[in-house]
Amino acid sequence: MRSVPDWLRRHPGLAFGLLAVLLAVLPFIVSIGLGRGWVRVLDFALLYAILALGLNIVVGYAGLLDLGYIAFYALGAYLFAWLSSPQFGLHLPFWLVLPSGALLAGGFGVLLGAPTLRLRGDYLAIVTLGFGEIVRIFMNNLDAPVNITNGPQGINLIDPISIGGFSLGARHTILGVHVFPPTFYYYLFLFFTLFTILVAMRLQDSRIGRAWAAIREDEVAAAAMGIDTRNIKLLAFAMGASFGGLAGGLFAAFQGFISPESFNLMESVMILCMIVLGGMGNIPGVILGAVLLTVLPEALRYLGAWQRAALGHVVVDPNDLRMLLFGLAMVAMMLYRPAGLLPSRQRRREFRAEDGAAEQEAASLYDAKA
Amino acid sequence: MDIFVQQLINGLVLGSIYALVALGYTMVYGILELINFAHGEVTMVGAMSALAVIGALLGAYPQAPALLVLPAGVLAAIMVCMALGYVIERVAYRPLRRAPRLAPLITAIGVSIVLQNAAMLIWGRSYISFPAILPHGSHPILGAVITDLQIVIVTLSVLIMLGLTLLVERTRLGRAMRATAQSREVAELMGVNVNTVISATFIIGSALAAIAGVMVSAYYGLGHYYMGFMLGLKAFSAAVLGGIGNLAGAMLGGLLLGVIEALGAGYIGDLTGGFLGSNYQDVFAFMVLILVLVFRPSGLLGERVAQRA
Amino acid sequence: MTTLLTVENVTKRFGGLSALEAVSLTVNAGEVYGLIGPNGAGKTTLFNCMTGLYTVSAGVIRLDGVPIHNRKPHQIVGRGFARTFQNIRLFANMTALENVMVGRHARTRTGVLGAVLHSRRCLAEERDSRQRAKSLMAFVGLKDRSRSLAGHLSYGDQRRLEIARALATEPRLLALDEPVAGMNPNERREMSELFRKLRDAGITLLLIEHDVKLVMGVCDRVAVLDYGKKIAEGVPDEVRRNPAVIEAYLGGAVS
Ligand SMILES: Nc1ncnc2c1ncn2[C@@H]1O[C@H](COP(=O)(O)OP(=O)(O)OP(=O)(O)O)[C@@H](O)[C@H]1O
Ligand SMILES: [Mg+2]
Repeated sequence: MRSVPDWLRRHPGLAFGLLAVLLAVLPFIVSIGLGRGWVRVLDFALLYAILALGLNIVVGYAGLLDLGYIAFYALGAYLFAWLSSPQFGLHLPFWLVLPSGALLAGGFGVLLGAPTLRLRGDYLAIVTLGFGEIVRIFMNNLDAPVNITNGPQGINLIDPISIGGFSLGARHTILGVHVFPPTFYYYLFLFFTLFTILVAMRLQDSRIGRAWAAIREDEVAAAAMGIDTRNIKLLAFAMGASFGGLAGGLFAAFQGFISPESFNLMESVMILCMIVLGGMGNIPGVILGAVLLTVLPEALRYLGAWQRAALGHVVVDPNDLRMLLFGLAMVAMMLYRPAGLLPSRQRRREFRAEDGAAEQEAASLYDAKA
Repeated sequence: MDIFVQQLINGLVLGSIYALVALGYTMVYGILELINFAHGEVTMVGAMSALAVIGALLGAYPQAPALLVLPAGVLAAIMVCMALGYVIERVAYRPLRRAPRLAPLITAIGVSIVLQNAAMLIWGRSYISFPAILPHGSHPILGAVITDLQIVIVTLSVLIMLGLTLLVERTRLGRAMRATAQSREVAELMGVNVNTVISATFIIGSALAAIAGVMVSAYYGLGHYYMGFMLGLKAFSAAVLGGIGNLAGAMLGGLLLGVIEALGAGYIGDLTGGFLGSNYQDVFAFMVLILVLVFRPSGLLGERVAQRA
Repeated sequence: MTTLLTVENVTKRFGGLSALEAVSLTVNAGEVYGLIGPNGAGKTTLFNCMTGLYTVSAGVIRLDGVPIHNRKPHQIVGRGFARTFQNIRLFANMTALENVMVGRHARTRTGVLGAVLHSRRCLAEERDSRQRAKSLMAFVGLKDRSRSLAGHLSYGDQRRLEIARALATEPRLLALDEPVAGMNPNERREMSELFRKLRDAGITLLLIEHDVKLVMGVCDRVAVLDYGKKIAEGVPDEVRRNPAVIEAYLGGAVS
């Protein structure tokens, strides 16, 4: 990253210190500077960062296009709701429920991946998309004859996370200052984001990360070099899915309420957009993408206010415009900056390579004649 | 009433619409190995523009005969969609022909989001109902009922599919399309203008989508900016079921999927002891898709393509 | 002399075309075995069958007496059989060193947990992989290219890198598909030197090559394929004088 000032580069310890302090006080700065509502936005930015980093393992590292990623998020969220809400009268502690959600999602990742991962990339995209829709349809309809998901109404009154008797879902007064739930959740989410970053970084830099990269580059050659491509792809799928499940649990606890509505295809697409926009395969890029795409729509809400101020009424509802702009941005990014805002080293090369067709060719098993 | 026969009829009608849309997927895939993700939205745009034109015509001339208004609407839809198909290929796919595989798929998703939301801005969020100008007679058949509209849809679909088959088998353009599908390089060497062929493929596919879109909205009596999504997915599933890249496969797959869905929805309650109801109808398409891809990725009539992974 | 690889009546059909028809041969441990034949004879197809990329239509392939045909490629690599590709298939956007390190995959164990926790074993393995990869790169003559992108290397260097990558899997048997194609005479000499070094290191070599002089120079035994059939096998001098071989090559040269 050339944009980092030189003096910071010379003192990485100092840079880390500054970043840590900034992250620690960020919710207070934000709530004072922009208003309390923005802390919630910040929380969602972190949640999406976890999701995007998870999906990035699948799409960015292993090169598998997963369009049903949100289904894993949904599984994590619903499991949390089932195990800690009045729905079934269960109120298990979060440290049990969150990992279970990750595990369940990871398990479903394997279940879905096992039969489909030998398909070529674009087929996989459609199958995962179908899977996402199936999960949503079930969540929507499993309220009768046995009420499991409470149908379109969703599940309410989900327990907030509470650590050692300290509920993150309540207001506390600390040193005379009122601190609200979004601030507590901010720290929790920050912890999990850092955890996700650590896992993603270390995996990328390991034997497994290299195997993913190899499969992405040339699956046949990867197999011929001793990589069990099926298992390694499954692993990417399962890892990504578990982070989805984890984020889902966090989301359920944070919101206190979930419904199938929150888990539609557009959410999957949004997360994919974050990766594409930020820079596939590159952790800082992916985080940037997640933050941008969470914050921008909120900022776009001001568009409505401006229109009212300037024209007296709202001509175009900014909410309606939002997705349209995203769609355009996706197309434009692919056309003009396909490697993203902060591209990974590898992506940059890949898109710069004069002959992208070589990759397509590499995808075919047949040894072409020289 | 005989449920089986009735669901069979309903399935065949729906299936012939799926087939028309599936043809668009399959033709593009056959030539570019690209899943034109935005194809479902093209169908939606077709339906919505036909509704808009028909609505406007009836608004201006309330007494206008249906036989004039309907074709006008269909024609408008076809024109709009053909233009749309051409533009989509030029803007979103052609520049990325040599890019890594994921790139055009992502622009395709982008294009469908744009189309959906543009449609929502133009036509609003609510359902638009189809004006009551359609034939509404019905006839008993084998203990079930078939409506005039159903007859029209099936007949028209069959005619269109015949026409398309003739076009591909008998005309110069068709020959060029088949050559390009075999090998783009070789076709180019043989003097085929590949870009023209690709554009033509998109345009023809979009015209079919437009007609299918009008049929769907007429059949259900509704149009909506979100209608293209599911339809597109199902048609894609149908194309895969039949063997993607294969025209006859798309037709067969469409019809089969329609029948599977209709019968499935009719009997799922009995099959699961009342646990699952007909609101799971949409699940069938995906189940079929996943099962086909797992057990016979080449589809019913296709060659093996999955191995090329 | 022990037999390392046996191919028994292997047939491979693509639709109507028989790319291989009942081909049988045996490769002994420690030898350099050449596979020659005109274009389209089925040499690469045989490699693909042996290394698990194709399933055979009929026949048996054994490594150390254990059937390996219709096994998965990575299982075959695990048993000590590695290969290179005729049309170079490197991981073009990874560095040369990373390419070779990928070859270590089958010989290392680190799982998710180890990688994330940086377990002692993981770090040791990683260090070892890097070390071995570097020395392999030096061995094939790419000492200071480790940080270059594989795709940016010269053609000859890419072929060398493929060999280093295959060697990283610690093969007993290494199959090279036209490893000197596109190289100049000087490079070819270096390569035959390399082949000898490999054999001296105890690696059995299976070599597809069109350069008859090179084949005759380095191979202990040679088999000739033509139209999917083995038409000759033996020591180079024998094969060179075989009328069927001369016919196949002359026929090929005319067409
Ligand atoms: N996947 C495949 N599908 C169809 N035909 C194939 C396939 N692989 C190989 N063939 C055919 O099998 C025959 C043998 O090809 P192969 O590549 O093995 O020849 P080769 O001896 O390696 O030739 P060269 O010296 O040109 O590399 C050829 O006719 C080729 O077209
Ligand atoms: Mg060959």
